[in-house]
Amino acid sequence: MADPMKRTPVREQNPEVRAKNFDEVCFGYDKDEAMDEATRCLNCKNPKCVQGCPVSINIPKFLQELKAGQVEDAYNTISESSALPAVCGRVCPQETQCEGQCIRGIKGEPVSIGKMERFVADWARENGIRPKSAKERNGHKVAVIGAGPAGLTCAGDLARAGYDVTIFEALHKAGGVLSYGIPEFRLPKSEVVDKEIENVKSLGVRIETDVIIGKSVTVDELMDEEGFEAAFIGSGAGLPMFMHIPGENANGVFSANEFLTRNNLMKAYLDDYDTPIHRGKKVAVVGGGNVAMDAARTALRLGADVHIVYRRSEAELPARAEEVHHAKEEGIIFDLLCNPTEILVNEDGWVRGMRCIRMELGEPDASGRRRPVPVEGSEFEIDVDTVIMALGTSPNPLISSTTDGLETNRRKCIIANEETGQTTREGVFAGGDAVTGAATVILAMGAGKAAAKGIQEYIQSKE
Amino acid sequence: MYPILHADKLAANIYRKVVRAPRVARHCEPGQFVIVKIDEEGERIPLTICDYDRDEGTVTIVFQPIGASTQRMKDLSEGDAFEDFVGPLGKPSDLIDMDPEELKKKKIIFIAGGVGTAPVYPQVKWLHEHGITADAIIGAKNKDLVILEKEFREVCNLYITTDDGSYGRSGMVTKCLEDLIEKEGHEYNHCVAIGPMIMMKFVCLQTAKYSLPTVVSMNPIMVDGTGMCGACRLSVGGEVRFACVDGPEFDGHQVDFDQAMKRMTMYKTEEGRALLRLQEGDTHHGGCGNCGGDK
Repeated sequence: MADPMKRTPVREQNPEVRAKNFDEVCFGYDKDEAMDEATRCLNCKNPKCVQGCPVSINIPKFLQELKAGQVEDAYNTISESSALPAVCGRVCPQETQCEGQCIRGIKGEPVSIGKMERFVADWARENGIRPKSAKERNGHKVAVIGAGPAGLTCAGDLARAGYDVTIFEALHKAGGVLSYGIPEFRLPKSEVVDKEIENVKSLGVRIETDVIIGKSVTVDELMDEEGFEAAFIGSGAGLPMFMHIPGENANGVFSANEFLTRNNLMKAYLDDYDTPIHRGKKVAVVGGGNVAMDAARTALRLGADVHIVYRRSEAELPARAEEVHHAKEEGIIFDLLCNPTEILVNEDGWVRGMRCIRMELGEPDASGRRRPVPVEGSEFEIDVDTVIMALGTSPNPLISSTTDGLETNRRKCIIANEETGQTTREGVFAGGDAVTGAATVILAMGAGKAAAKGIQEYIQSKE
Repeated sequence: MYPILHADKLAANIYRKVVRAPRVARHCEPGQFVIVKIDEEGERIPLTICDYDRDEGTVTIVFQPIGASTQRMKDLSEGDAFEDFVGPLGKPSDLIDMDPEELKKKKIIFIAGGVGTAPVYPQVKWLHEHGITADAIIGAKNKDLVILEKEFREVCNLYITTDDGSYGRSGMVTKCLEDLIEKEGHEYNHCVAIGPMIMMKFVCLQTAKYSLPTVVSMNPIMVDGTGMCGACRLSVGGEVRFACVDGPEFDGHQVDFDQAMKRMTMYKTEEGRALLRLQEGDTHHGGCGNCGGDK
C-alpha cells in the first residue's frame, strides 16, 4: 500500500490522443485499484460523506464490501439509493459533495468515492447484475414526465416499490441531459447511459418517447382520462439563454444545447448519421460551467482551436475541477475576466470575429461570487469563426402553461415542496431543474428520489 | 413506430405520406407542425401538418426531398414506418382562436407557394368547415408542380398561377395578388402567406403597400422543436423569437427575412456532404471533405 494520504491514481487517455477522438477520457479503476482505494476509507461512525450525497448512498458500507472484494454486495448497497450509479460515478461534482466532506481530506486527499462507485457499477454491468425489482405490483399508476436524471430516479424508486410507472419523454431517446448534453468522452452512451436506462426498464418502468406533455397530451388528460393517480414533472431546464448582443443571430453562433444535441444525441461526429454540424476552425465558447467545458472539448475533437471566454476568474469557474483540468490538458485556451460585447459578422452573414471587454472583480453579488465589472476602454477583438453560447438554461414553460393550478415563480420554475416534491396542484409533483433551474445530475436525482417518497405517501393517504 | 397508411407522389419531387400518430392527430390544429425522423441515423425533420383525421388517428405530411434524410423518406411506402413522429408543435394559427363573429368579418386571402401549399390546406379547410370561404392563390414554377388543386377547389375560391404560364395565370404570386386587388376589385383585410422564404418576403413587401396584415409561417432550421436548441431563432420586430415555440406563424411585416434566409444556408455544405455520401453509397470514397477518404 502506497502513501495513505494519497489517492490511488486513475488511468486516463493521453491528452494528445484523446483530443482527436470521442472515446472516454478516464479508464476508471480495475478491481485491484478499487479494492486498494477502498482500504483508505476510515469507516467513520458518523459518516459525513453520506450527508454530502444528495441521494444518501451508504458510502462506508459499500466501500467496506468493496474492500472485501464483495463487489455484488457493494452494487446492491448503492442500488438501494441510486438508480444511475455508473452515471453518477462519472459526472457528480464529488469534490463538493461526498468527497468534499471526507475526513481523509482534512490532512490528505479525500477517498476517491466517485471512481469506486463507477467501478462497482461498471463491474455489475459487465457481469450482468441488475438491480432487484419489486416482488409485487400494487396496481397504482404514476406518470413521470421527462426521462432525464430526475425522472429516471423517481420512476426507478416507484417501480421498486411496486408502482406501475410510465415515463413520457419529448425527445426520441430517453436519458435527457445524459443523452443530449453530456458528451460521449465523459459519459459513454450505448455502453453506460443506455444500459442504466435498460436497468430502470427492467424494474418494470415503461418509457414512451416522442410525447411532449402540454402538446401531445396534457397533464390533466393523463390524470383525468388515462388513469394516472399522480404525476412527477422532471422536464428539466431546456431553454438556452443568449446574451442579447449585436450579431448573435449570425451564422456560426450556436447555443451549447444545439451544438451538443447535434453531436451527442444526433451523433453528428459519426459518418453513418445524416446530422449536419458546423465544424469551426476557431471557436469561442462563452461560459464557464460544465456545459461550456463539454461544448469546448467537443469542438476541439471536431478539429477546432478552442477558447473558453469567461467573465470571472478561474476560481469562480462553476465547472467540475476535473473538467477544467482535462480541458486545459487537451489544449483549450482560457480567456478569463473577459466578456463578449459584440459578434462581428461578414457580408454573407457568418461570424468573422468577436469583440470582448476585459473585466475585473468587484464586490460579491447575490450568488456570493465577486461581481465582474467591465474595465473601461479595454475592448479588443478576437479572431473566431464560430461562437457557442453556454450561458445557462431556464425551464421550459410548455408544461406549466398547460396544466391547471400549477404555479411557477418569476424564473418560470415550478413551485414544489423540497421534501415531498408536491406542487400547488394536487397529485402533481416536480423536481430537478424544472424546479431549481439549471443544476446538476445528482441534485435532480435527489429531487426525483424525494418526490418518489412524496408520491407514495400521497397515494397511500388516499386509500 | 409510426406506420405509413398511404403514400403517393403529388408532383415531381413532392411526396405525401399519411401516418398513424394518434396522440398528434387528437390534438393538432391548423398551423402546427410535427418533427419526423426516419430511423436511428436520420435527422429530425420539421414539417407543417397538411391534414389530419382525428377519428382515424392519422396525420398527413407533404415534403420535398432536400437533404439526405428527406431523400430516404421519399422512398417509404405503405406498410413502412417512421421511427419517430412527434407533435403537434408550435402554436395553432390565430384564426382558430378568433372570435367567430370577428372571423366572419375577415376577408382572407391565402397565398401558397410550392410545397408551402400543403400547410395552407388545413387552414382553408378549417375555415370552410366553419362556414367561411376564403380566397387562395397557389403559385408554382410550372403546371407539373401545382399540388392539391382538387382538395383546394372543394374548400375555397382558388386562383392558380405558374411562373412560366403553363397553367392558370402567368407570373409570380405577387402579380396574381396585385391583379386581384388592383384590377379585379377584390378587397382583403387579412393575408396568410406560406411558401419559400423569398416568396414570403416579396408578398410581405407588397401587402405592406396595401396595409394588408399578413401572417407568414416560418420554416427555419430546427433540432428539437420544443425551444431547446435555439437554432430556429428569428428577428421579429427587432426581438429574438423561436419559430418552434413562439411561432411558426408571425406577423410577416415584422420578420427579418434577409437574416432568416442567410440562416437557412447554415448547414448547406454539411447537408451536401451527407447527400453525396447517400448518393454514392458504397462507392463513396471521398470528396465530401468529411469522411477522410480523400486524405
